[in-house]
Amino acid sequence: MAAMNMIQALNSAMDILLQKNSDIVIFGEDAGYFGGVFNATDGLQKKYGADRVFDTPINEAAIAAMAIGMAAKGLKPIAEIQFADYIFPAFDQIVSEMSRIRYRSAGQFTSGCVVRSPWGGGIRGGQTHSMSPEAFFTHIPGVKVCVPSNPYDAKGMLIAAAEGTDPVIFFEPKRIYNGPFDGVPDAPLKSWAKHPKGEVPEGHYTVPLGKAEVTREGEACTVVTYGTLVHVAEHAAENSGIDAEIIDLKTLAPYDIETIAQSVNKTGRVVVAHEAPRTSGFGAELAAQIQEECFYALEAPVLRLTGWDTPYPHAHEWAYFPIQSRFIRAMETVVKAV
Amino acid sequence: MPDARPRFHVPTAPFRPGETPDFSNLELQKAGEAKRPDPLVPGVKTAELATGLVGVLDHNHQAVGEWDPGLKPDLLREGLSHMVLTRIYDERMLKLQRQGKMSFYMKSTGEEAVAVAAAMALKKTDMVFPSYRQQGILFARGRNIVDMMCHCISNSRDNLKGRQLPVHYTWAEGKFFTISGNLGTQFPQAVGYALACAYKGEDEVAASWIGDGTTAEGDFHSALTLASTYRAPVILNVVNNQWAISTYQAIAKGDSPSFAAKGLGYGLASLRVDGNDFLAVYAATQWARERARKGGGATLIELFTYRSAAHSTSDDPTKYRPKGEEAAWPLGDPILRLKQYLIGQGEWDEERHAKLEEEMTQLVVKAYKEAESYGTLHEGPLAPTQTIFEDVYEQQDWRLRRQRQELGV
Repeated sequence: MAAMNMIQALNSAMDILLQKNSDIVIFGEDAGYFGGVFNATDGLQKKYGADRVFDTPINEAAIAAMAIGMAAKGLKPIAEIQFADYIFPAFDQIVSEMSRIRYRSAGQFTSGCVVRSPWGGGIRGGQTHSMSPEAFFTHIPGVKVCVPSNPYDAKGMLIAAAEGTDPVIFFEPKRIYNGPFDGVPDAPLKSWAKHPKGEVPEGHYTVPLGKAEVTREGEACTVVTYGTLVHVAEHAAENSGIDAEIIDLKTLAPYDIETIAQSVNKTGRVVVAHEAPRTSGFGAELAAQIQEECFYALEAPVLRLTGWDTPYPHAHEWAYFPIQSRFIRAMETVVKAV
Repeated sequence: MPDARPRFHVPTAPFRPGETPDFSNLELQKAGEAKRPDPLVPGVKTAELATGLVGVLDHNHQAVGEWDPGLKPDLLREGLSHMVLTRIYDERMLKLQRQGKMSFYMKSTGEEAVAVAAAMALKKTDMVFPSYRQQGILFARGRNIVDMMCHCISNSRDNLKGRQLPVHYTWAEGKFFTISGNLGTQFPQAVGYALACAYKGEDEVAASWIGDGTTAEGDFHSALTLASTYRAPVILNVVNNQWAISTYQAIAKGDSPSFAAKGLGYGLASLRVDGNDFLAVYAATQWARERARKGGGATLIELFTYRSAAHSTSDDPTKYRPKGEEAAWPLGDPILRLKQYLIGQGEWDEERHAKLEEEMTQLVVKAYKEAESYGTLHEGPLAPTQTIFEDVYEQQDWRLRRQRQELGV
């Protein structure tokens, strides 16, 4: 075990994958020589060569298409889109191709690959460095969608994603690359070194996709969330004294309904939370499914705590982001509702 | 004279319904005139080839010039046979669609050489990423016709389990990539595949085909950029059949001298080829394959041809182009031209040709009878309904399992 931040954990995952399997290739804008704008691929080109870890032209559709073509030949590409905000030029290749190749060819061809992309807000990124576009992707049959919330999961899930045969959209909350975030605006950066999930095995291991984790047990209400907000929710529970049960979904497609239902059936009260805008966000799917699944256990309406239905603002970032105080208010609302 | 002020220029087709098509002003380089450089020529030095026209068969049905691939009569007769079969298959399938036996069909009439000659010049181990109008590749590679028909009528033997529209063939065994309805997407994918071949050090190349209209898609640019950057062993074919549904090719081409010329800016070897000349298509593909295999990188090939039939069974071309335009097309018919060449060589005759057509017709009729015995779209049997939930992922997750139960299958 070693103390790693999320970047180091992802780098370690890719290092192990490259070492273990000669079919792994890694590419993206600035991902090669420079090692990525967030250093996730740092040192890998030097160690494994330019035909395994390489720079691409600035063309996200081309990056996705190249991954699909390579996967058809049996390689296992890990492609990087520099920011999730810039994944949309690749949307057609992902929706119309990557997600459907197994289906439309009745299994004759597959497109197993991983598309990694830094995701989410909380870094003064403004409109195009803060987005959480997961709901666009959870609506696509045929791709898996992951959002890890800590170094341990990030490494284990990335290895699991790369070793599976389905295409995986792997969103990495960049706000917590270097340390967890308690949801207090402009708070000093914390270190992963003091977080239990910052202890990461140096070798190969996997964290299964599709499996959520209860990161804090509680009785008063359930919070279902993922990414950066897992930490915000945990701090909100500690600081408010509300005994919330926090679920870190980790994988959004397919999501772990069992873990959610078990918790909601126990607490009867739920907050679903994400940074992305509310309307048609992934929270809508969660709320609808919880309502179907746990209707008779619910003691309060399912509350959605989300970003607003606006583009992500720059100056008013903290009025947009579901910060700790909003979490506390949301938990209080569902706990007090009768 | 250019206008003295900017104007909104919208290109139009040269002839519209009611007009008489006259292509006598179409200036095309004559067969035999184009030089054949070493396949490792720098891409930038192919400018003359990108704006000229690589042709072998001349108006007298003689093979002329440096591009003559010198193919043996047996191989040419085989090519002729695949093209004849492609055309007869198309005719038959169109009729069957009109009879309501299938929902949709797309012919490749006039473009048979583009698919067949290229497929024959490739190795069977080379992966092809076609669009929906290169069915000739399947015949050249020996795809079972019954299986092709079973796909088109979506019956219980459809190897795609009824999931795709007719003509969206997939045949992994024949290295025929799964066809998508989304135009152009396969072009950069082919580059990725080719790069994977290079990475693995295998003696394979990839080839892809898109139409003239699709060159306007961003994926055309993506493919050319990737192919150039990584020097991919790929052959990128643009089938310029003059029409994208109702849209004349100038709408996609703009003021570029040709579609092939677009490759020059990327540094790719770029050829414009007479797409109705079996020998020229074969020679160009062979040249591009050699270039790819020797590390010279990609070639962009524009196949200059004409879409003789309607765009699809949902299209009526008389609403946007004159009747008989295909007959006025100066590059003729790929089947007739190869036939005449072989006859001139003493390697073929009308009688044998008629016999070939008869045999192919019988083959197609017999194949359809067999295909129908496995079911039809309207009357079944189809693939079992529960198969709609399969192959979305490797494993069905709870959502798909529950939805299958909800449907009761």
